[in-house]
Formats: sequence, structure tokens, C-alpha cells
Amino acid sequence: MFFKAENYRHPAFIEAVRDLAPQAPGVAAWGLMTGVSMVNSGLSVVEAIAMTLFVYAGSSQLAALPLIVAGAPAWVILATGFCVNLRFMVFSLHLRKYLMHLPRLERMVHGYLTADISYVLFTRRFAVPSEDPADQLTQAASLAGNTFTMWTSWVVASFAGIFLANMIPASWGLGFAGTLCLVGILCSLASTRMRIFAAGVAAATAIVAYHLPLKLNIVMAIGIAVVLSMSLERFQKTREGQAA
Amino acid sequence: MSFFEGTDFWTLAVIAGLTGVTIVTRSFFFFSSEEWTLPDWAQRGLQYAPIAAMAAVVLPEILMQEGEILHNWMDARWMGAAVGAAVYFWRHNVLLTIVAGMAAYLPLHLLLGW
Repeated sequence: MFFKAENYRHPAFIEAVRDLAPQAPGVAAWGLMTGVSMVNSGLSVVEAIAMTLFVYAGSSQLAALPLIVAGAPAWVILATGFCVNLRFMVFSLHLRKYLMHLPRLERMVHGYLTADISYVLFTRRFAVPSEDPADQLTQAASLAGNTFTMWTSWVVASFAGIFLANMIPASWGLGFAGTLCLVGILCSLASTRMRIFAAGVAAATAIVAYHLPLKLNIVMAIGIAVVLSMSLERFQKTREGQAA
Repeated sequence: MSFFEGTDFWTLAVIAGLTGVTIVTRSFFFFSSEEWTLPDWAQRGLQYAPIAAMAAVVLPEILMQEGEILHNWMDARWMGAAVGAAVYFWRHNVLLTIVAGMAAYLPLHLLLGW
């Protein structure tokens, strides 16, 4: 959480802001187009601002919009948001060991602010959770700087989209900059053969299972890729053990 | 465009509910303070979750159109993404990836309608 002095005064905070800055335009483009969609689908300005500030989850916002407009029952909208967000539960499981030294409220605020790009770049920067208090502080400060950068670019750009909605047609395709940002991050992660294998499995699963409702293909792809990569890793280990 | 025009209580309540959904899913495993840790093999397995998540979100975006895998090579998105990826491996810079990818994508998309 970026409003805590021990985080924002820490050198790891500003380092994370610098590391995340190249991704900011991609996130901003996506936020801009989400702002435009919210207003164009009929939300009032106040509703769109509230959604940006509080829901703070692009994919569940976009999934909820047509349902809100159609007047679907509230539980259907919340269940949809929940399914679209299932991947975040996997992320929080992964991040648990990094944050458990903090008080509950603090780790929940960290969790609430950690969306896809923040999670991916934080775990890329720190592959292993630290046991040492000074390093734990560094990791928390880095996550705070990371989420601060993402939060700011998302919220500012969404507001711009909300107020300029009728000047920016979706047909221009500016949102594609968000996809390109993820392409760059994906390439940056593809550093070992096992990781490329995991990416291949996840991509194939997500495409084959595309017709599952509520974006369940995404969380299914993550689950299958993690399990298969883990098994393959263990299998390779046993073979190496036998060879030795 | 008035600020409150069209704002209704039901929509605000749904937004509050969705906020709750974000909080619950993003901090699901941070709530309990019980002492438990994942076994090492599981923690190691989760190291594949970030790249899997990126691949699962991105590849359908660039290889599919309206729920079908592309059956026409004339599509601006995979071309933009391919240019972006090539630039990433050349310069290792996400900002350049975005700029180059958009420079390839926008003319194809806006002028040729791909």
C-alpha cells in the first residue's frame, strides 16, 4: 500500500515505479477504453467513476456492463464478476508467503490493489519470498510502488475515457495497446524452456476452452499449465536422479 | 451531461457488490492469519502461474476473432503482436513493443480495415 511512509520512502518503491513505467501506457490505453465503454453502455458519470475507483478490475467491469444494462439480477452480475476474477485467487495463493508477515488489513489492501500486471511483474522481480525482515520490507515497498504506478495510470486514463467518451470511438482500436503491453510482458517471462512450455499449454487450453462461459477458460488454462509444468519438472528431476 | 443524470440506487449497489467481489478474490488467501504454508512443490508450481496467465489472456486476443480461431491471415492484431514481440526480443523494452506494435497495427486496422 503506497500511502504508508515506510513503503513510499523506501528506495525499492521508486525503483518499482521506474520498472513499471514502460507498462503504464498500455494499462492507460486499456483504462481509457474501459472508461469509454462504461459511459457508452449507459452508466452515468457518477456510476462510471465509482466503478473505476472501487471495483478496480477491468475484466470484471467489462463483463458486468452488458448485464447491468440488461437489468440482470444482481446475483448473476456478482457471480459473473466472481468467475471472471477467479485467477486473482490463484495470484493471492502465490503471494501469500510474500505478505504473511504483515497485519491482515495491510496484506488485504496489498491484495486488493494487485491486478494482473502488478502480480506478474512483482513475482518476476522477486522469484522467492524472503524470510529476512529487511528484505520483506523491500518486497512490500516494491509491491507498493508497483501497484501505485498501475493504479494511477488506470484511474487517470479511465477518468479521461469517461469524460471524452463521445470523442474516442472504440473502432479506432486504441485498446490494442493494452494487449501489446501484455505481449511484451509475456516475452519478458519466456526465459526458460519450462516457462515456454507453460505458456504453450495455457494458450492452447485458453483457445480450445474459449467457449466456456464467464472467462472460465483463463483460470482453467492457468490451472492446467501449472499442474502439467510441475509434473514435467518432477519427471525431469527423477530422470536426472536416475541418470546420476 | 449532468453528473448524476441516470444514476440509480440499484446500479450503485451492484457496483458496491462488485467491489466486494474484487476484495474477496484478490485477497482471498490473505484473510486467514493461521500458520500454514504451501508445500514447496506447490509454491514452485505457482511460479508458472504468471506466464500461464499472460499467455491465456493474450493469445486468444490475437489469434481469435469473434470466438473462432483466425481463418484469414489478413488480421491486423496478430501482425501488430508479431511486430511487437520481435521488437521486444530485439530491444527488451515494453514501451517500444507497444509503440512498434501500434505503428504496425493502426494503419492496417484503420486504412485497410483488417
